Amino acid sequence: MFKNLMSWIEYRLPFMDKMNLHVMQYPAPKNFNFWYFFGSLAMLVLVNQIVTGIWLTMNYEPSAEGAFASVEYIMRDVDYGWLLRYMHSTGASAFFVVVYLHMLRGMMYGSYQKPRELLWIFGMLIFLVLMAEAFMGYLLPWGQMSFWGAQVIIGIFGTIPFIGEDLTLWIRGDYVISGATLNRFFALHVIALPLVLVILVFLHIMALHEVGSNNPDGIDIKKDNDGTVEQTEADKKFTFHQYFTRGGKKIIVDAIPFHPYYTVKDLVGVAGFLLIFAWVIFFLPEGGGYFLEPPNFEPANPLKTPAHIAPVWYFTPFYAILRAIPHPFMGAVAMFAAIIALALLPWLDRGRVRSVRYRSGLHKINLINFCVSFVALGVLGVLPAVGIYTLLAQIFSFTYFGFFVLLFFYSKNENTKPLPVRVT
Amino acid sequence: MSNAPVDHGRRRFLTIATSVVGGVGAVGVAVPFIASWNPSERAKQAGAAVTADISKLEPGQLIRVEWRGKPVWIVKRTTETLDQLALTEENLRDPGSDVAQQPAYAQNRHRSIKPDIFVAVGICTHLGCSPSYLPNDFSEQVEGIISGFFCPCHGSKFDMAGRVFQGVPAPTNLVVPPHMFIDDNTIVVGEDEGAV
Repeated sequence: MFKNLMSWIEYRLPFMDKMNLHVMQYPAPKNFNFWYFFGSLAMLVLVNQIVTGIWLTMNYEPSAEGAFASVEYIMRDVDYGWLLRYMHSTGASAFFVVVYLHMLRGMMYGSYQKPRELLWIFGMLIFLVLMAEAFMGYLLPWGQMSFWGAQVIIGIFGTIPFIGEDLTLWIRGDYVISGATLNRFFALHVIALPLVLVILVFLHIMALHEVGSNNPDGIDIKKDNDGTVEQTEADKKFTFHQYFTRGGKKIIVDAIPFHPYYTVKDLVGVAGFLLIFAWVIFFLPEGGGYFLEPPNFEPANPLKTPAHIAPVWYFTPFYAILRAIPHPFMGAVAMFAAIIALALLPWLDRGRVRSVRYRSGLHKINLINFCVSFVALGVLGVLPAVGIYTLLAQIFSFTYFGFFVLLFFYSKNENTKPLPVRVT
Repeated sequence: MSNAPVDHGRRRFLTIATSVVGGVGAVGVAVPFIASWNPSERAKQAGAAVTADISKLEPGQLIRVEWRGKPVWIVKRTTETLDQLALTEENLRDPGSDVAQQPAYAQNRHRSIKPDIFVAVGICTHLGCSPSYLPNDFSEQVEGIISGFFCPCHGSKFDMAGRVFQGVPAPTNLVVPPHMFIDDNTIVVGEDEGAV
């Protein structure tokens, strides 16, 4: 009876076939390490944001008059409202933590290189939409930092020559940030951008499964193998979808099915992540003023500027680059260039060896340079732009962009180590 | 079904014509969506320019008008006050008004269209308090200068052209809003189209 129903559906919509293709019979390299947790963790946080977000809208009031009070109402009077809100607000920070680590993984193992350029581009688009989503969400509590942070960020568009002023007016829908701005940001934050985000995540995964997952060795697992590479006893045990075996013509080695092997492994990552996440939610929900900034506990007041305006931590590396350049518009250009440079990595890196394991010492140092610059810029973006901090921000902006310039030149003729034939 | 041979030229023409007409339609549909982001009539009303009658303004007197929720000062400066503007320029942070805190027509020593009538947003550029106008007692703050603006919150000082003194928290001069004269006695704050 049940079997008949299943086959009736399967004939009309091959659901199980697609599940096999993408989950149960998807060949993933057998040598993933812990760096491969962060993709699935990003999905987990996305689900967390969507579910807690939906519940928050049930009590949130999107208006300049009511927003701040409704957030206080959620925090104080709604049963478990505080928990839902803290899950959402710290979830935003957690999202950027896992996404930054996910991106670093891709950089370490050259996951952006051919043929995964499009996969990387989708990832960068997700990153951009995520930043827009986080920025608009931060306005919604209508606190002092919501208001003045938005003032600064919208002001960045105002630096564009000729059209800047009109553009900011159009974005705000008023001469100042007002209820009109709040309501459109609410609409974008809860409907438009999440939809775009989910679609992009879907495309990201489809693009991944078409070209196959990279791995810490950065060499291809033998999918395109017509018998020359021998299967081990372990390899013979697995069934992979005929889409990957080209209808049984190819023999896949060094791979394991995504489910149950990596679903179970990712569960360990989920457990570890939730341990830390729950600890932050319960014991450090404001993240020491970095997840929720102190001025945001005061309602927005257009007549009173906070002493020090700093964006939330995940924007600060780019904000530091913005401020490092004395000219406002060139600063904005540099900030966007910092993101565009990342998106262009597949073409800036002209090397053929993917993983840092087999690349030159120079590349290892350069990658460390990138990480140090990024973190240093992140720290400087929180600090006021005075004296030595401005100089340091300029130095680290230089080394940040230096990473890409150096990479472009040495990657053409890089002194790499010999690659193993099979994954280790 | 007809077995007539495919007319490729005709098919291409129809494809292009359909695409163009459809594209025009799509652009047309986009207009209301994009235009709805412009300030609404209510927002425009609330942000509209304000007109002030300055016929009864005495020399040395300051009046306030409200524009976009902010206090805007209109001051009629005395000749003596104007003469003093040149005295302390070496103590100012930005005597030449190089930072764009004013429209181009107010980038001069007196930071105004007419030398005597000074228009400025009465909000300190530090943390947004409203500075006090000291018409006679400013010499307590800066020696030898009779009048100026003093912010009671954190002690920022501005001269009678709204230029900030050095060594105070405020980073920039006071903002001069766009404004224009309709006639000698009527000033419009918030609009300068076709003026000057």
